[in-house]
Amino acid sequence: MPQRIDGSGETVRFTFEGREIAARAGETIAAALIAAGETTTRESVVSGAPRGPFCMMGVCFECLVEIDGVPNRQACMIAVEPGIAVSLQKADEVAA
Amino acid sequence: MKTEPKTATLPAYDVVVIGAGPAGMACATEASRAGLSTLVLDEQPRPGGQIYRDIEASDSGRRGILGKDYEAGAHLASGLRASTAEYLPGAVVWNIDSEKQIDFSAGGGSRSVKAATIVVATGAIERPTPMPGWTLPGVTTVGAVQILLKTSGVVMEDLVMVGSGPLLWLAATQLIAARTPPKAIVETVPAARYREAAKHLGKALPGWRYLAKGFAMMREVKRAGVPVHRDAEEIVIEGETAASAVSFVSGGKRQRIETAHVALHQGVVPNQQITRLMNCRHRFDKSQRAFLPVLDEHFETSVDNVFVAGDGAGIGGAKSAAMRGRLVAMRVAEKAGRPVSGERETLKAALRKDAAVRPLLETLYAPSEDTLSPADSTLVCRCEEITAGQIREAVALGAPGPNQVKSFLRAGMGPCQGRMCGLAVSEIIAAAKGEEPSSVDYYRIRPPLKPLLLSELADFGAEEAPRQAAE
Repeated sequence: MPQRIDGSGETVRFTFEGREIAARAGETIAAALIAAGETTTRESVVSGAPRGPFCMMGVCFECLVEIDGVPNRQACMIAVEPGIAVSLQKADEVAA
Repeated sequence: MKTEPKTATLPAYDVVVIGAGPAGMACATEASRAGLSTLVLDEQPRPGGQIYRDIEASDSGRRGILGKDYEAGAHLASGLRASTAEYLPGAVVWNIDSEKQIDFSAGGGSRSVKAATIVVATGAIERPTPMPGWTLPGVTTVGAVQILLKTSGVVMEDLVMVGSGPLLWLAATQLIAARTPPKAIVETVPAARYREAAKHLGKALPGWRYLAKGFAMMREVKRAGVPVHRDAEEIVIEGETAASAVSFVSGGKRQRIETAHVALHQGVVPNQQITRLMNCRHRFDKSQRAFLPVLDEHFETSVDNVFVAGDGAGIGGAKSAAMRGRLVAMRVAEKAGRPVSGERETLKAALRKDAAVRPLLETLYAPSEDTLSPADSTLVCRCEEITAGQIREAVALGAPGPNQVKSFLRAGMGPCQGRMCGLAVSEIIAAAKGEEPSSVDYYRIRPPLKPLLLSELADFGAEEAPRQAAE
């Protein structure tokens, strides 16, 4: 399991697939998900295979998620906000 | 019909710097000091780039773990903050036209600015590392591991690091300092490489500080008791829905390490998206094994008044990037008719000294054969799931280069727009044709550089730049 090396920072809560995630204020959604042990953030549009954050710097687009109903958001480029509903980007939802 | 943007209504700057890593921060600070109106556009919320990511937010504990070289980024960030340069974080550049109109999204809308000079300071990305299982959740780059540590203090207790390069050793020592040493390091440097690299030792001596740091990092890894498997090849990441193990051949036998977290690294390469979009000329550098923009002695590209500062111009590291950023600013000021700082020659000499270690590093840490020439069944384009075999087949059917492979197979057409596969695709095509990557070249890069939300486009220019309809 991933660990946090220090206890600093304010806690921000949001949900991923309905599960509550405790994040640190200012960190990205992808970092918060990884810290919470959530490594799968999308399904491949081609095969449906599970994918997760890979580069954490906005270039690989593997961490695409749906945030409050808006698809194709880069979880590694967007900071957590209290109460947002994040969900796995499903293959069939982005086929168009 | 040709669209004529009302450029007169757009905000205009003497210099627009894209990227706020060491090169961008140093360049913007120097340019504004020279009296040039300067705007910095950066994707991240805070300055630093990836190497100094979150430098302003890090406390003494975090800095202690990340080391002195990381801490050195603090004065660059404070220099930018104190300068008269306008700094716009969270700005994603998605197009630049030949008139140097820059379109970017920020704060949910799109805006445009005009630049007399553009400085591309978008740095480096990690080299594609195609291998079996590299798309499994739980597998990241080594850079990603470092970013997690820098921004969130998040570490994995079972991390297996696979590949080669200075960044791998640096990240390993940082994880040791954070009291979560990697479970193992699987290094892909062939034994014979050490002899080849040793030939460059004499010329590398002016860069002895880097060599000393390198040896110190390896000693630290040893002292921490981290198992290091050398000369590893035929790496396979196992797992069904997520990574569960890494297996490899080292010391003549196949070995297997169970883990849910694997970090890959085969060095970094220039991020070419913007210089390709702007049709700057590029060349393939055999020593860095990457495409580099063709630059004059002042780092100006083949397109007038477009410069590249930092690792985007060729990998030199953070110190070199900051020096190159300043030198670019001095040249831009000179072209604008301002007096040139007497410091320029001193900086150039320091830059040469800083680069002395590069040929040795580039030889020792050249990408592994396995990742340059992946097995037919290995996925190369992660977005569209195109294998090395499919690319070779397309070449056999007559596709002469990456752009034809792209239209045949959709390789490079997914959301990452070739960032994660482009270099590998060029290498595979070149090898299949028995040519050099320089002759098969690279994907053509088209706008938008990053996928946009419709709402961002709908809002386009609403603030200050009404554009004529494009029909």
